[in-house]
Amino acid sequence: MAVATDDVFEEHDFESTADPIHRTRKTAMWIWLGSEVFFFGAMISTFLLYRNTTNDGPGAEIFNVPFTSASSFILLTSSLTMVLADSAFQRRDQRQGRIWLIGTVGLGLTFLAGQIFEFTEFVEQGLTLSTSPFGSAFYMLTGFHGAHVAAGVLMLSLLIAFSLRGRLSPDHGMNVELTALYWHFVDIVWIVIFTVVYLLQI
Amino acid sequence: MAVTTLTEDLGYTPNTDGVWSWLTTVDHKRIGIMYGVSALVFFIVGGLEALLIRIQLAGPNGTLLSADAYNQLFTMHGITMIFAAIMPVAAAFQNYMIPLQIGARDVAFPRLNAFSFWLFLFGVLMLMSSFFLGGSPDGAWTGYANLSTQVTEFVRMDYYAIGLQLLGVASIGSSANFIATIFTMRAPGMTMMRMPVFTWMSVVTSFLLILSMPVISVGLWQMFLDRNFGTVFYEAQASGDPLLWQHLFWVFGHPEVYVLVLPAMGIISETLPTFSRKPLFGYAFVVFSGIAIGFLGFGVWAHHMFTAGLSPVAEVGFGIVTMLIAVPTGVKIFNWIGTIWGGKLTLNTSMLFSIGFIAMFIIGGLSGVTHAVIPADTQQHDSYYVVAHFHYVLVGGSAFGFIAGVYYWLPKWTGKMLNETLGKWHFWLMFLGFNLTFGPMHILGLNGMPRRTYRYPEGLGWEFWNGMATIGSFIIGVSMLVFIWNVINTRRKGLPAGNDPWDARTVEWMTTSPPPIHNFDRVPVVRHLDELWHRKYGVDEEGRAVPLPDGYVEEPAFVEEAGGIHMPSPSYYPIIAAFGLVTAGAGLVFWSSGILGVGMLVIGAAIMLWGVVGWAAEPITREAH
Repeated sequence: MAVATDDVFEEHDFESTADPIHRTRKTAMWIWLGSEVFFFGAMISTFLLYRNTTNDGPGAEIFNVPFTSASSFILLTSSLTMVLADSAFQRRDQRQGRIWLIGTVGLGLTFLAGQIFEFTEFVEQGLTLSTSPFGSAFYMLTGFHGAHVAAGVLMLSLLIAFSLRGRLSPDHGMNVELTALYWHFVDIVWIVIFTVVYLLQI
Repeated sequence: MAVTTLTEDLGYTPNTDGVWSWLTTVDHKRIGIMYGVSALVFFIVGGLEALLIRIQLAGPNGTLLSADAYNQLFTMHGITMIFAAIMPVAAAFQNYMIPLQIGARDVAFPRLNAFSFWLFLFGVLMLMSSFFLGGSPDGAWTGYANLSTQVTEFVRMDYYAIGLQLLGVASIGSSANFIATIFTMRAPGMTMMRMPVFTWMSVVTSFLLILSMPVISVGLWQMFLDRNFGTVFYEAQASGDPLLWQHLFWVFGHPEVYVLVLPAMGIISETLPTFSRKPLFGYAFVVFSGIAIGFLGFGVWAHHMFTAGLSPVAEVGFGIVTMLIAVPTGVKIFNWIGTIWGGKLTLNTSMLFSIGFIAMFIIGGLSGVTHAVIPADTQQHDSYYVVAHFHYVLVGGSAFGFIAGVYYWLPKWTGKMLNETLGKWHFWLMFLGFNLTFGPMHILGLNGMPRRTYRYPEGLGWEFWNGMATIGSFIIGVSMLVFIWNVINTRRKGLPAGNDPWDARTVEWMTTSPPPIHNFDRVPVVRHLDELWHRKYGVDEEGRAVPLPDGYVEEPAFVEEAGGIHMPSPSYYPIIAAFGLVTAGAGLVFWSSGILGVGMLVIGAAIMLWGVVGWAAEPITREAH
């Protein structure tokens, strides 16, 4: 029986796997983000279930929407600096890439500071984890998002450290593009949270 | 050992000696073996738990176990069998076989793979340490609130909340790994629709885990926060809704049962064609019905909650979708029967277990359909009928399928054949014992015996069948001893297997048994579904398979890889990161003990950070020696 080999190249393009490790890592990051969608989806569902269950305690009226809008704007801006960092590293401009990474870290930390300030305010006004299911769900959802931002800040800081030691090449486990994907995802989730938690309540 | 070259003599000796090489291994085959051995050990633990339960229930007014001990045992039996035995044995097969079946040299992320394994192992050990440290979870594997959140003076359900959380992370890690491997690392010409069905079912399983695990994760965090941080998610007095836990649990829990059974379905879709000497009947139908089961699996969770007081509209909707699942499942069953039909059958142990799978799964599947009928389900709910049902799909289904897989693939893993006589003893004992144990439970359930009851009074008509079930469970125990003896004995007495002992169809049989560390000297170029069969057989004028005159078709020369084969180097960072994460988890379990919990959390987090940073900084492959 003759062995046909010519159809192989049509169905499986060797060129497309020229950088297989890169492609593989990106696939895995997308899969992970898909998992995260369901993680946040379950918490957002919980919040929607409990959004009016305040036990006559503080509810949505304590939100300071202008303040949170400002911190949301800061977080979204960090996506811009992340893109600029990624593009600098693509051009192999390590120095400029680092500057944008530091900027991204700064914006992320500012957002986290805003969240801590906000939590303190709310606790002072009587909304705690135990006040009502509304309080539990609010702190859990925004708290886990904050933890994701913090994890992102840690990843970005590691990237800066690796870059300073000249070890930020595609041969290493973490690279800028994957961190960027993660960072943008965390920002997008915040858009949903901001809408559902803060804006829908007005 | 980073780089090897393609010469006649491969010219390297991978370091495979000693404990250290196992602790630092990133080889998917060795990780697969470790998953398999751990799963077998935990299966024995879960089995012993089951035997204690059966002794307690053998007659009325059992006195062996207190109610408290019984609660812990049946809870741990469920958790052990599901999370520590069946899921990891699936992971063992997936780890070992996926790269071989798609012609890859390893999984996409070898170190993540090692991390997942160690996280699983340490996580299960932490869960089991609860027997000695503070008591085991005692709120059933379903962990319903308020049962799970009210009693906080014991750490039992904290073990549950954190233990399953850790195992979930391990599952997500390995699932992302498998999907990335299958999507991006297939051999030249191995299109998705030329992949073996086992690999296809692994894709579906991995997606189910990726999308369902995070949902239970949220539920487990809520349970943990309710228990330790004063949140009121499930606290009815504070307007919390315990029903929320049931929803979150079953949004995970129902896809989970397909996670347990789809890999086994994949395995028998490999063994049946091989031992019938026919191609799988309706390959595309089998693949797509597997995908359909996966999709529908996310839309049926509330059929576990028909007695919880949902609205009639919701109940009817979930009932109908549940019945719909019988359609793709039935498609698969007819395809398997179509595969056997008219085939030249080899009735060896693997084939017997595969056929046993079909028969037992039909029974379990049909009793499952009766759960979809809401009025009937209301009667059956929380009775032994349910216990009978899910043991028919999980033991008669999953376990039979995986055992068929062991008899089929163990020769590939060890290079030695299992003993067929012992294998047949194993099958018939297990088949008898299994039906004697779980068949009567249908009757017990319909006679009103509730599940999770630690004893029952005389005179309810339950004595005879409970006695039978206990006898059956010991026959299963004996059959497992035969199996373990068979596996151990193979090491010394097994006949050599050769590359392709079954005259099989898929590319994993093209390499040596056991495969070299790089799997294939030459990565196969794939032109067909059942590539290996097409390299061995042609078709004559009457459509019959005839061996090709030149025998085996070798790889064309152009697939030589430039620059040799690059294999990942061993790494100790995955085990460090996993150890740190589990230590931190144990800290959370003992959070309420104050300084002990906080200390373990901090130390564990520091160890994990060390592991992760080292991991990220470590080059994937070292320079050539």
